[in-house]
Amino acid sequence: MEKSLRPVLEARHLELAYDDYIVMRDLNFSVNKSDIFIIMGGSGSGKSTLLKSLIGQKEPRKGMVFYSGRNFWQAGEVEQQRIMRGSGVLYQSGALWSSLSLAENIALPLQLYSGLPAAQIREIVLLKLALVGLSGCADFYPEEISQGMRKRAGLARAIALDPEVIFFDEPSSGLDPLSARALDDLILQLRDALGATIVVVTHELASIFAVGNNAVLLDADSKSIIASGAPKELLTNSKDPRVIQFLTRGEKQGVA
Amino acid sequence: MQMKAENLFFDYSTPKTLRIKISGNWQIADGLPVENDFSRRLSPQADIKQITFDASGLGNWDSALVAFLFQLISSCAAKHIQVNQDGLPAGVRKLLALALAGHEKVSPPKAMPDPFLAMLGDRVIKAGVSLRELLDFLGQITVSFGRLITGKAYFRGDDFLAIAQKCGAGALGLVCLISLLIGIVLAFIGALQLKIFGAQIFIADIVGIAMVRVMGAVMTGVLISGRTGASFAAELGTMQVNDEIDALKTMGVSPVEFLVMPRILALVVMMPLLTLYANLMGILGGLFVSAGVLGINPVEYLHHTYDAVKLNYLWVGLIHSLVFGVIIAVCGCLRGINCGRSASAVGEAATSAVVSAITCIVIATAIITFVCQVLGV
Repeated sequence: MEKSLRPVLEARHLELAYDDYIVMRDLNFSVNKSDIFIIMGGSGSGKSTLLKSLIGQKEPRKGMVFYSGRNFWQAGEVEQQRIMRGSGVLYQSGALWSSLSLAENIALPLQLYSGLPAAQIREIVLLKLALVGLSGCADFYPEEISQGMRKRAGLARAIALDPEVIFFDEPSSGLDPLSARALDDLILQLRDALGATIVVVTHELASIFAVGNNAVLLDADSKSIIASGAPKELLTNSKDPRVIQFLTRGEKQGVA
Repeated sequence: MQMKAENLFFDYSTPKTLRIKISGNWQIADGLPVENDFSRRLSPQADIKQITFDASGLGNWDSALVAFLFQLISSCAAKHIQVNQDGLPAGVRKLLALALAGHEKVSPPKAMPDPFLAMLGDRVIKAGVSLRELLDFLGQITVSFGRLITGKAYFRGDDFLAIAQKCGAGALGLVCLISLLIGIVLAFIGALQLKIFGAQIFIADIVGIAMVRVMGAVMTGVLISGRTGASFAAELGTMQVNDEIDALKTMGVSPVEFLVMPRILALVVMMPLLTLYANLMGILGGLFVSAGVLGINPVEYLHHTYDAVKLNYLWVGLIHSLVFGVIIAVCGCLRGINCGRSASAVGEAATSAVVSAITCIVIATAIITFVCQVLGV
């Protein structure tokens, strides 16, 4: 019982820095199973740096990141890889490997970790491509498809191993409003269908309200989290003018 | 270019107030008045407390006028002179309001030139970091090589073949042309000297030995550094910019195994083959000159070459080429993997891959030549 209540992802007293420059200090939050958790904040507030420290690419200066109770940065390399295998990342640009076709991109994690024969891997690849609406594009190379398609293919790769946690870095950047909306719907469907926990780094208000059921707002000036909770509730309940300004594009000033 | 003085008229008729009449066209193409000039004209009237404008005679204007006024208002603020913008066109006032609003709360720290010792220290620290990166990279390559031999590494044969084709067969034309010309040049220079002694036939020895022992490998090395080394650095650098390398790491795939090993192996296999080809082309170049210009019998030339070039020389040349293959691939991949995340960083990575590879090739040639000398090969 206790195990199921444990947060899927948890940050404790995280301090992020580049050399001597501290980006964020004392970050604390936890993400529960099947949450769609939004990390929001203005440009340069340290959202991407925080994401990097969550997905094992930048060691925080202080503090801890827990995946289902396992301390990521204290774990050995093999354990870290095992933890990361349970999570998928959709990068801002899609980050598809340019020398591989879409099918090969999605097949690579399966080849590495599933131990399945090639024919079955192909079947899973085709399913994942169909899930993101890219049936028939299996043998295209990343350079041959549009930016929006690349993102969806990147998502297909991120969910190749049915991860517990899926990270999205600015999913709607560079997409037209309809594609951005379609991606938001896809995020919701994936959560419902796979039961995955989803962490989204974004500053797109439309996406934040459409998908997020929990969020933290990073503030560059105070280098900390200035609000946490469901975005819609923050909008109605928050007394902090910075939070209200952020969530209304500055149209409402909030109560000082 | 300086703005005509008549576009700006200073009216001191009202006490403590300076009325500036702005007239004519104010456009970037016409130049801006010098701000110092304005301060000089203002200073004799120390008791000026307010500035007003009369823009009734103003013609066309663009950023030139706004830039001048922006600087004027900023300098007046420092002197506590009040500026009344009412006389200015509405568009100018809006732009000034925007410029003076000061949106940016944070200003980046101004880069101060470091003192000499600090710069020196910085360089030494950076050199130390690069050395550590290199050793770290070589360590990773060694580990990956070990995993490859034991069959544990993730190695894509298709990638290896594609890279081998690109850096091997794809470079044949260039290697062919350059080696042929090097052979011709060597033969011509040799012929000038040997003619004095009537010993032209020894051109075969000079060209054959020089090409096979060192020139074939060095020329191929320099060409491949520019062609393949730069392309490795740019490819991996672009992958770094596109987060592709991060995506590999997140997936638990070592970028060294996946991206670097196929490149190093491909080049290590292809460099000796290209060098052999370069040797042959160089000897053919010498043959063209000897037979065509100096009238030496081609069969005799080839026979002389056969006698002069010992098998040992061929091995020496091939060892050069193997070492160069490793150098070029390591320099290219190291610069690419450690590339920054911008377009200019990719350019720098490609440049520095070529420069460091060629430098290392020359140093390696000197070392191998010295060792061969000591060993009497």
